[in-house]
This record gives sequence, C-alpha cells and structure tokens, in this order.
Amino acid sequence: MAFVLDFEKPLVELERQIGHLRRLTRERDLEVDSEIGPLEKKLDDLRREIYEELTPMQRVQVARHPRRPYILDYVAALFTDFIELKGDRLFRDDPAIVGGWARLEGRPVMVIGHQKGRDTKENLRRNFGMPHPEGYRKALRLMEMAARFNAPIITLIDTPGAYPGLGAEERGQAAAIARNLEVMAGLETPILAAVVGEGGSGGALALGLADRVIMLSNAVYSVISPEGCAAILWNDASQKERAAEALKLTAPDLLELGLVDEVIPEPPGGAHSDPERTIAALGEAVRRHVEELAKIGSKRLIKPRAKKYMEMGRFAER
Amino acid sequence: MPWFRKDRKPRRPSREKLEIPADAWEKCPECGHVDIRDKFEQALEVCPECGHHRRVAVQVYIDMLTDEGSFSELYNELQSSNPLGFEGYTDKLARALRKAGSHEAVITGSATLEGDELNLGVMDFAFMGGSMGSVVGEKIARLARRSVEERVPLVMVSRSGGARMQEGVLSLMQLAKTSVMISALKRERVPYISVLTDPTTGGVSASFAMQGDVNIAEPNAVIGFAGPRVIKQTIGQDLPKGFQTAEFLLEKGMVDMVVPRVQLRATISNLLKMMQGR
Ligand SMILES: [Zn+2]
Repeated sequence: MAFVLDFEKPLVELERQIGHLRRLTRERDLEVDSEIGPLEKKLDDLRREIYEELTPMQRVQVARHPRRPYILDYVAALFTDFIELKGDRLFRDDPAIVGGWARLEGRPVMVIGHQKGRDTKENLRRNFGMPHPEGYRKALRLMEMAARFNAPIITLIDTPGAYPGLGAEERGQAAAIARNLEVMAGLETPILAAVVGEGGSGGALALGLADRVIMLSNAVYSVISPEGCAAILWNDASQKERAAEALKLTAPDLLELGLVDEVIPEPPGGAHSDPERTIAALGEAVRRHVEELAKIGSKRLIKPRAKKYMEMGRFAER
Repeated sequence: MPWFRKDRKPRRPSREKLEIPADAWEKCPECGHVDIRDKFEQALEVCPECGHHRRVAVQVYIDMLTDEGSFSELYNELQSSNPLGFEGYTDKLARALRKAGSHEAVITGSATLEGDELNLGVMDFAFMGGSMGSVVGEKIARLARRSVEERVPLVMVSRSGGARMQEGVLSLMQLAKTSVMISALKRERVPYISVLTDPTTGGVSASFAMQGDVNIAEPNAVIGFAGPRVIKQTIGQDLPKGFQTAEFLLEKGMVDMVVPRVQLRATISNLLKMMQGR
C-alpha cells in the first residue's frame, strides 16, 4: 500500500482512472487512447497546481515522506567506491548517521549524512534518523580525517532532530553538537551541506556548518518542529499549520533570508514522485559546488566561512 | 567596600522575630528554610542552610566578575526587530523591554577583573527566557571577535532556554555564528571561560555555553540539550532525580567543576591568570 498525503488524494484518484482505462485497452482491446491522453494532461496539470501551491505544513509533510530518497540512496547513485566507516571510538556506532570515503566523479570525498529507515525495523535501528552524541562524534571523527587528507566534505541533512533521551543527555548531546560546530568552523577543507529532507534544529546544524548550504525545494529547515512550536506557544499541537507558516521554514523562505545559497527544484510531484530525477538534480549541484570550492585553497576557506555566518541574522540598530 | 555589599538597601534594624513584616521573610524553595530576605541577598541568593542557588539578576554577575566601575557596556545599540513578522513577537519584545530593560537577553561589555582586562557577557533570563535570537547571537559573536582582535579573554555567563522560536531559522543560525567566533578564539589561543547557570538548555548549551576552555557550572543549575519536559514526553516516564543538574554533568564529564557563587570570582580570576602565563 502506497503512502498517500491527504492533499495528493485527487492525484491518486486520477491515476486510478488512468490505470483502469489502460487495463481496458490491454485486456479487452478497446480503443480508449483518446480518453487517456486528456486525463494524463489533467493529472500533470493538477500535480503542478497542487505542488506550486503547497502550504508550509504540506512541505513539511513532503519533506517527511517515507518514499523520499534517503542518504544511502544519494550515496549509491551519485558516488562510487563508497566505503562506510563506523564508530566514534568512544562509545558505539550510531546508525542514525552514516558516513565514509567515496568518490565524486573520481575525486575522493567524505560523505556523511543522517539516515532514516524505510520500515519499522530499520527505523528502530536507525532511531528514525535522530542521532545520539556518538553519531555526531563519529561524524566529527570522519570530518577531521577528511581535512587531514585534503578531501572535501559533503553532508546530507535529513533528521527530525537530535534525540532527546536519557542516554543522549548523559553522554552530552549539547556538548557533542557544540563541538561539531566549533570544529567545523575551523576545518581546512571545503564543506558542502545539502538539506535534502528535514532540517531538524541543532541536530541538523551539527552537520550543517559549511562553506555552501544548498537545499531541495521541498526540504525544510527549522529551529523547532511546527508541532513543538504550536505546543509551546498555543498549548495545542494541532495548530501546526499556523506554526509552520510563522516559522518561515521552507526552502524559498531560507533563500530569501540569506541562510542557504541555492534551492534545487524537485520534480513537479515532489522528490518521492521521481526519486531518480531528484537525485540527479541534487548531484548536478553537488558536483558544481564541490568543484568550485575545491579551487579555493584549503587555507583560504575559514575566513569566508566565518564571514558567511557572521552575516546571518536580522536586527535593528538604535 | 567589598563588591557584594554594593548597592544594597541598608539593613533593617534587628527586632523581635514577630515584629518583622511578613514580606521581609524569604523561603528557600529547596529546603524550606525561612530567613530574613537581607540574609539571602547578602549571600548572593544562596540558601544559608542548604546551599541552594537561586537565580540572580544580571547585575549581580557583572558586579561579581568585574572590578568596581570598570564595566563598560558594548553593542547596546542592537535591538530585536520582528524579522519574520511572527505573530505576537512584537508585543512580547515590548513587554520584555519593560520587564528586563534594553540590553536584550544578553548584556555584553568590557571590564577588568583584578586589574586584568576581560570581555564579559551575561545572559538575562528575565528577557524572554534568555532566548537567543539575532541580537543575542550578534552581541556574543561581536564580543568574541573583539576578544580575538584585542587578545583579551572572554567570559560568558549563560542562562537560557535556547534559541528564540520567534526568529525561526535565523535563531538557529546564531549557534553557528557564535561558534565560528569561539572557534577563532581557540585558534588564536585566547582564553574562554563559560559559566553555565540555571537553566542552560537547547541552542545555547549546544553552542558557546559548552565550548569553554573551561566550563563552570553553578550548583544545582539545570543544564542539558533537551528540556526535561521533552525528554519525559519522549521516554514516557519521570526523569531520575538529579538528572541534568550541574552535579550530574560534572559526574558525566561535561563540565570541569561546580563552583559556588561566592567562589566564582576568585576561581575565574585565577584561571584566567594561569591561562595567560601568570
Ligand atoms: Zn535551602
């Protein structure tokens, strides 16, 4: 059974009608092509229409879609020779973050990202893509290794957030994220971050301090989930639409606020409607940015990186 | 006059217990000990009975960590706007300004401590829960940059519920913004001491507050990434007693020490001197 978002139901209905007509053509040799054509056009138009007018909360739903490409899908399609490296050398391996050496068009790179599961079993193992401190410490170990060997770092971000649990707190979730931010700011190698799904607050940013930050068009990036925000402000998690609107968490919002460098358009029906095309579009942007960054001497990256973040924020002066 | 006696109201004449007006008494929220308010005030809001540290005003830390009259405020011209047009935020800001004053959720400045220069930032929980938005991030990042440029140590006293929701991702990016400047401090070998007071959680604990060369926590301060309520909701059970307290973090290795308020000045002054080879 396919996962259907509520606002996609009209599309599913049209798809069902088209499928039915196709079957008739095949099974009973009926001539219905003249009916299928207009229906397919109607489907395309409706899909475009729906996706052009997504509300912020609907984008959140698309960003969380269980058929959306995940990190390992990007890794398999865009890189060669991926060799996964595991463990933080301190506590354990955290499957909510994956990373390792790989080649991007032949160039050795370190690729790291949050990994969600496709089914309940894998989601339990990967903790729904919510890392513990050891996940961030593994990522840090890999990033420092990349810098030592002059390899660009590519991070792919897709997490509801850092895990808020007992063990995570005991082992220093805050300290782990803080350490990543501090070290990433000073790594002498190019860092490209791509937000491909959910950019869940500090848990996302811990892989996201970079020279360039790019984002898929239906990905979201937020300081708090719309549900969490609504619960705190209005004591009512069902006000999530209102919160999603207020938080300005969509890719176009972030571009407008100067917080991301480029938004990569997803196919008309969202990344889950055409994962291959989505992965290819992201791949093009990743290759382009890595190539540009690699031309800058690794010692000359840190100052512009600091300047980029120093410019983030909006306020008034008396 | 010692710093902790400055600007205090004159002591009320001592009388029989029963004659003291009811509002002059103060009760410790931890052990229930009841004492004259002056006694709490003179002890920097530390309970004389059980040592429980209550939250104190920003000015108390400024007086505590600087030489008298040496503190000169910086960046007070920065004011929060409502960059996302977030509903209700403009009103909340106006209320916070009335309640806590114009310095926003952090007051920053330069001063001396036992004659040595330092840059000091103190967060104000009274201003929207000490939350970090664009102005807080900017002030702290500028103060850290000033420390780099002048090679003057940085001391941050944190007290915050985390990033300010009403500025959305702009607030989240203040974690990165403050971190790039703390990172520069470390590279340039300028000392940075972080003091974590009650409470320090969320985006503040996940950035500059946990990045000190030395992290000092105040007794019984709640410090953590996720707030206790969120964790409780996630795990579906009550938190163990003492979870996320300063003492717990000390045991888990996340802070260097838990220092009572009365020893903070001497500890920081001594540390900074040693870190600068004196
Ligand atoms: Zn007490």
